[in-house]
Amino acid sequence: MDNSLPVSDEKASMQLKDISWWFLGLVLIFVWAIYIFLTKENYQEAFNFIKIGIQITIKTSLIAYVFALMLGLLAGLGRISKNLFFNNLSRLYVELIRGIPMLVLIFFIALVGVPMLVDGINALGVWLTTIGLASIGETLSGFGNKAFTMNGRAIFALSITYGAFLAEIFRAGIQSIGRGQMEAGRSLGMSYGQTMRHIILPQAVRNVLPALGNDFVAMVKDSSLVSVLAVRDITQVSRLYAGSTFRFREAYVTVSIMYLTITVVLSLLVQVMERRLRKHD
Amino acid sequence: MTESHDMIVIKDLYKHFDSIKALNGVNLTVKKGKVIVVIGPSGSGKSTMLRCINHLEVPTSGEVWIDGKHLGKKEKELNAIRAEVGMVFQLFNLFPHLTALENVTVAQKVVRGRSKEEAEEIAMKQLIRVGIPEKADAYPTNLSGGQQQRVAIARSLAMNPKIMLFDEPTSALDPEMIKEVLDVMLDLAKEGMTMVVVTHEMGFARSAADEVLFMDEGLIVEHTTPHDLYNNPKEERTKLFLSQILQH
Ligand SMILES: Nc1ncnc2c1ncn2[C@@H]1O[C@H](COP(=O)(O)OP(=O)(O)OP(=O)(O)O)[C@@H](O)[C@H]1O
Ligand SMILES: [Mg+2]
Repeated sequence: MDNSLPVSDEKASMQLKDISWWFLGLVLIFVWAIYIFLTKENYQEAFNFIKIGIQITIKTSLIAYVFALMLGLLAGLGRISKNLFFNNLSRLYVELIRGIPMLVLIFFIALVGVPMLVDGINALGVWLTTIGLASIGETLSGFGNKAFTMNGRAIFALSITYGAFLAEIFRAGIQSIGRGQMEAGRSLGMSYGQTMRHIILPQAVRNVLPALGNDFVAMVKDSSLVSVLAVRDITQVSRLYAGSTFRFREAYVTVSIMYLTITVVLSLLVQVMERRLRKHD
Repeated sequence: MTESHDMIVIKDLYKHFDSIKALNGVNLTVKKGKVIVVIGPSGSGKSTMLRCINHLEVPTSGEVWIDGKHLGKKEKELNAIRAEVGMVFQLFNLFPHLTALENVTVAQKVVRGRSKEEAEEIAMKQLIRVGIPEKADAYPTNLSGGQQQRVAIARSLAMNPKIMLFDEPTSALDPEMIKEVLDVMLDLAKEGMTMVVVTHEMGFARSAADEVLFMDEGLIVEHTTPHDLYNNPKEERTKLFLSQILQH
């Protein structure tokens, strides 16, 4: 009978639904965190101890991400390459990495892969020496496992692992570009590589920027796994703190808030970027 | 170079996609400066023939020569030959991340090694030639279909091609834009460009074409002057096809 009432009712409930309660929850958690860090000595102490790991966490993530981008681009190109060797090698790489838990991969790459690599470099050095290139040969054969720090190995392991994930993103991005683009480039006399570089990749990368950003956020979180190599990132430092003081609550609240701060800020940046990109379409 | 110089020679060209026999022995010679119009039903192999001319599609067997140069397997040589053969697509295929001007300069810089300034100067000349210099800084999404196709033509022309291939350049356009593209093509024909044009625009064929090919089932069924093909086709298949397109 009266139409206006249910409509306005619906409006009111719509408004309740429209509020991002989850975001409000996040804000509350941050407010609470700021409060305890400002007022509680235990938490201040934990914060001051654990913050020495921030630099390692950020450095490890950033460097590993840059290497993962290069590796991922290469393997992504390999996945769509007509060169059978390159194609299959890339596929094998991606499947191997995706089939093994990340924690195991990190142990494996750092503790088995790197020593194998060192043995390989040494053998190459010996061989170079025997064929008369003693100057390079001797430096290579002199390489020891110590030349690779655990921090370096952690970065190496994360790069290889995430390279495979990013490869799939790059592949999907390239395949999202219509085949007419490659044909137009080739018909103008550009080579496959030139067309890829000047025509396909700029469009593909732009399409996958949000996905790449999200994987960076994921990598920051997964960088905590390198604590198993005793790399002093915030996870490892908080474990050390908890172990020596038995203040588990302070240690893990602090480190959680640190990760949350980094990832929430990064995720918001990715969202802003996504919106900008969509506007330009 | 004499008038009767062979620009395109196609010999015994076959192209099979697995079980689909797109081309079944095409032979064709196009003299310098000639305009060839290709017609035929859908799936008759028109696009495939065009794409085999610059080896965008590698033939299953058969040979192609462009201006006396044999198209082999070597990528470098193929790239060099492709740069001399402009190609215009039904769906334009402009590069959407580049402005109209950049669309016309990119291959000049990458393939011809021209400086930015030189490439832009040539690009502007070509954009003037196709009648849209004012759109130089526009992105393809902000251009009408007709404008996009004219940029695509300018993009090919900037490479100083010896041959221009057109694959149904107006069939994705709204009627009011067809003329602006055909006018550019007519000018090109008048200037003596060697052209192979897949199109069902009979007006263009009558006023610009030196020869018309009718293709069916991967073969050139009839090859004659526009007047003879449209007025007294010899083959039954040609007659049937013409009666169908004339109804529309
Ligand atoms: N890349 C491809 N893979 C498989 N089959 C193809 C491919 N390209 C063309 N064909 C097939 O080859 C045959 C000839 O196609 P083509 O595109 O040359 O015909 P067309 O005369 O240009 O037709 P239309 O008028 O529809 O453009 C068709 O049967 C088509 O399906
Ligand atoms: Mg076609």
